[in-house]
Amino acid sequence: MPMKRDYSLVGPENAAAVSKGLANAQWYRCAVPRKQMKELMQRSDAAAIRDTILWVLLFILFAAGATYFWGTWICVPFFIGYGVLYGSSSDSRWHECGHGTAFKTRWLNDLVYKVACFMIMRDPEVWRWSHTRHHTDTIIVGRDPEIAVQRPPSLWKVALYFFGWPTAYVALKKLVIHSAGRLLPDEATWVPESEWPKVYRDARIFLAIHIAAVVAAIAFHSWLPVMFVGPLPLMYGAWLGVYFGLTQHIGLAEDVLDHRLCARTVYMNPIFRFLYLNMNYHVEHHMFPMVPYHALPKLHQAIKADTPTPCASTIEAYFGEILPALWRQRNDPGYTIRRPLPSSATPYAATSGPAVAVPAE
Amino acid sequence: MADNWVDACAADAVDEEDVMGFSHGGQNYAIYRSPEDKFYATDGLCTHEQVELADGLVMGDIIECPMHNGRFNYKTGEAKGAPVCVNLKTYPTKVESGRVLINLG
Repeated sequence: MPMKRDYSLVGPENAAAVSKGLANAQWYRCAVPRKQMKELMQRSDAAAIRDTILWVLLFILFAAGATYFWGTWICVPFFIGYGVLYGSSSDSRWHECGHGTAFKTRWLNDLVYKVACFMIMRDPEVWRWSHTRHHTDTIIVGRDPEIAVQRPPSLWKVALYFFGWPTAYVALKKLVIHSAGRLLPDEATWVPESEWPKVYRDARIFLAIHIAAVVAAIAFHSWLPVMFVGPLPLMYGAWLGVYFGLTQHIGLAEDVLDHRLCARTVYMNPIFRFLYLNMNYHVEHHMFPMVPYHALPKLHQAIKADTPTPCASTIEAYFGEILPALWRQRNDPGYTIRRPLPSSATPYAATSGPAVAVPAE
Repeated sequence: MADNWVDACAADAVDEEDVMGFSHGGQNYAIYRSPEDKFYATDGLCTHEQVELADGLVMGDIIECPMHNGRFNYKTGEAKGAPVCVNLKTYPTKVESGRVLINLG
């Protein structure tokens, strides 16, 4: 049986990461002139307002079609579209607005962030802080609470993610715990105590909306309210978001201080990039998280000579790297993909900080 | 506060609505030039996770940390909400003969 590492944030791996200098460490960053970086970081409401209006219109279109054709097979494609918006595209809205980079106007970020959090069933405050840690200690075992697939991987568990399971179940359980005025022990390590009341407040509001949807379904003798709001649309719509999300880090190095080794950039078509808000430029996003999604293609051009060649498509990412790595890591958890760098790039070895780990070959 | 004026940088080294870093005595500081063409100084590291604010983005009165979107009013040092909870220390500045000086006390 392959050795399983302890991915808990309150276990021995946490202390080990701290003692190795992997926690809150200095990471490698590609050189970008200050003037150019300032331009790339500039905020704009225009792109996000345009994309959000389109997003809302698509929600209305698919919900209207699903309702109109309810009871016939024709409603199925409308529910597929609605589900992808609800359970998949909300993930990238949650993400980008959580960074505060989608809109220039702060309250618009906060509004879309909360709405997306409700749809993806994430507590806004817990996940804000969880993601902060993910960026500080990206794929550092014992430090990063957002390592999607632990080694050795359970392929069943990975498959279940595509059906929003156990995501929805765990989220509901946490919603109840937070509503009762409690945090889980690991959450308490990354959420400051001053923010705990906000966690409880948001959980109670979200739980009340979920209960209202169930009550409406009972009162109207219709499944429609729970098909549109709550765990069901998350479960039947999560698949595409999971398909996107697993490209980010799977199979790449743990415990290194170079995003080029632990994150993956994948080229995607414009529809995918609209749904995913350009998070396919994932090396770029991790290296410079304050660059808004609409500027990531430009950032990619600026640093691509110093980053691994991106996967040409999601198909190439899955069949060339992710699936073979998952299969091999079942018995060889130390197996790690080391993506080749162009000759113009700073070699990986030269990016080592004082305590950088050497990725497994 | 005692006077301990230290030469930080040339005034024209900092663009309007921008920031640059400055080190002195093993400490990091950030020098800001506001859109009104006035200079300000704060500690150089974000109070959240000690990231260099000189790599951040200045927007009006706000400096945004380049890592986690922590925002401070660089004129007062006030933390503007999660993920920053602790205010930033500020320092008096003056410009003499085209140089920015900060009073480290």
